[in-house]
Amino acid sequence: MESFFSPEIYDSFIKIIWPALGATFRMLIVSAGFSTIFGFVLAIVLIVTDTRGLYPNPLLYKFLDFIINTIRSFPFIILLVAIIPFTRMIVGTSIGEQAAIVPLTISATPFIARIFEGSLREVDPQIIEAAKSFGASESQIVFKVIVVEALPSMVSGIILAVISILGGTAMAGVVGAGGLGAVALLYGYQSFNTEIMVVTVILLIIIVQVIQTTGNFVYKKLR
Amino acid sequence: MIKISNLYKAYGDLLVLDNVNLEIKKGDIYGLVGVSGAGKSTLLRCINGLESYDQGTLTVDGVDIKTLNRYELRKFRSNIGMIFQQFSLLERKTVYENIALPLQCWKYKKADIDKKVRELLELVELKDKVNIKPRELSGGQKQRVAIARALTLNPKILLCDEATSALDPNITKSILQLLRKINKELQITIIIVTHQMPVVKQVCSNMSILSKGKVEVSGRVEDIFLDKPKILYEVLGKEQEYLPDNGINIEILRREKSSNNSILSEMAIATQTVFSIVLGSLDHYQDDIKGSIVINVQTEDREKIINYLNMHNIEWRKF
Repeated sequence: MESFFSPEIYDSFIKIIWPALGATFRMLIVSAGFSTIFGFVLAIVLIVTDTRGLYPNPLLYKFLDFIINTIRSFPFIILLVAIIPFTRMIVGTSIGEQAAIVPLTISATPFIARIFEGSLREVDPQIIEAAKSFGASESQIVFKVIVVEALPSMVSGIILAVISILGGTAMAGVVGAGGLGAVALLYGYQSFNTEIMVVTVILLIIIVQVIQTTGNFVYKKLR
Repeated sequence: MIKISNLYKAYGDLLVLDNVNLEIKKGDIYGLVGVSGAGKSTLLRCINGLESYDQGTLTVDGVDIKTLNRYELRKFRSNIGMIFQQFSLLERKTVYENIALPLQCWKYKKADIDKKVRELLELVELKDKVNIKPRELSGGQKQRVAIARALTLNPKILLCDEATSALDPNITKSILQLLRKINKELQITIIIVTHQMPVVKQVCSNMSILSKGKVEVSGRVEDIFLDKPKILYEVLGKEQEYLPDNGINIEILRREKSSNNSILSEMAIATQTVFSIVLGSLDHYQDDIKGSIVINVQTEDREKIINYLNMHNIEWRKF
């Protein structure tokens, strides 16, 4: 049976696609990790300082709300270029994987913060009242009640964010970050190598499927 | 035990508590009733400081919540358990973990927590559901878990906010029996907010009816149901009454526990009169049957009947 792919593809796979896959995963995991941590902190501050929260502080809430909306209104490709000076300040360079992680994190953090805020806000206020009624402290209410109850929904949010960051890593190819996106762009699009294009697309589809399936599994386990 | 005087609270222009005065005694089961929006849940939340009030004083065992700092308020709240209409259990935690949560928050030792949780599971009869999550429980079972959780810190008071309103009548009955048991065996004062009159009749000894933030009437439950103040009908809804126009209607009341269960037949024999029973409402009040019966008497027999009733000290009134 004649193979669908040419023999050269196996060669390119080892030399080009495989390393790019590694780069994509490194960018994905590091920026997803950082943005989950920052997003979590922001979300906690948001629900706590909300007018109906445990320590209402409308000024701080509105300030954070504004910052989050501002960052979220940037299309990622614009953000990527716009914050180059900041990126250079943080990681010392504006090209490469490390340089891509900064804008990826900055763009995903407000996204995750919003998703987490929604998840945390969904927790039945009566459960919080019940916790208050037995004398739980504010931090116990947040971490032993609200976060515990919101966890499955937060995990769904992380999955959503990870897949959106994956899209971002492709765009980060623009700043020479490497990764599957750059491969598809350079070899697939600009060099008219359809095979490489097809293989990277298939890989991306598989990655997204695996992330989503794992996420759904974890969600079910946690519920 | 709980003393509320001249309590006011407003949300903007809306007065939700309007000069509330109440006293709830230790060991009592007290009902706060009213239509929704009457302010009863708000009043209940003022007792454990979940809601603040604008004016007046509210003291529990002589302590005014307004004088407490954050930590003292937490400590104060641990003395007052609370249960809710929607049970308010953590869906992701098992029955055991839910009941253990207050103890963990107060940093009890693991062994002490285990002992207390098992003791309470026995009390609420859920020993076989230890490791099950709330979503696998029925409404009644969930409320039992919530009751167990509310009792973990050995409170002196238990607040019930529409705790049976989401349950069907049979389950409601069993939850109320549990509340009475808790009241008797653990000497916990219970305050019940509800719009369900059968609940009040079944367990409460005293009650207040609230309307638009005001306490319209307070007193013994049987007295309020027998004296039928106008405000009672706001909560009950007025029943259509079809009474005969001829003769006179006399209502005979049974307010206290009485040994004489054959008043009517004895009266008929003694007075040699004939009358018909046209209306009656006898009901269980805690362990006793009380209520009233309306009889229709021929005009010419009126004197005889009234004399008989007065002679035997039977409470009556024209209906």
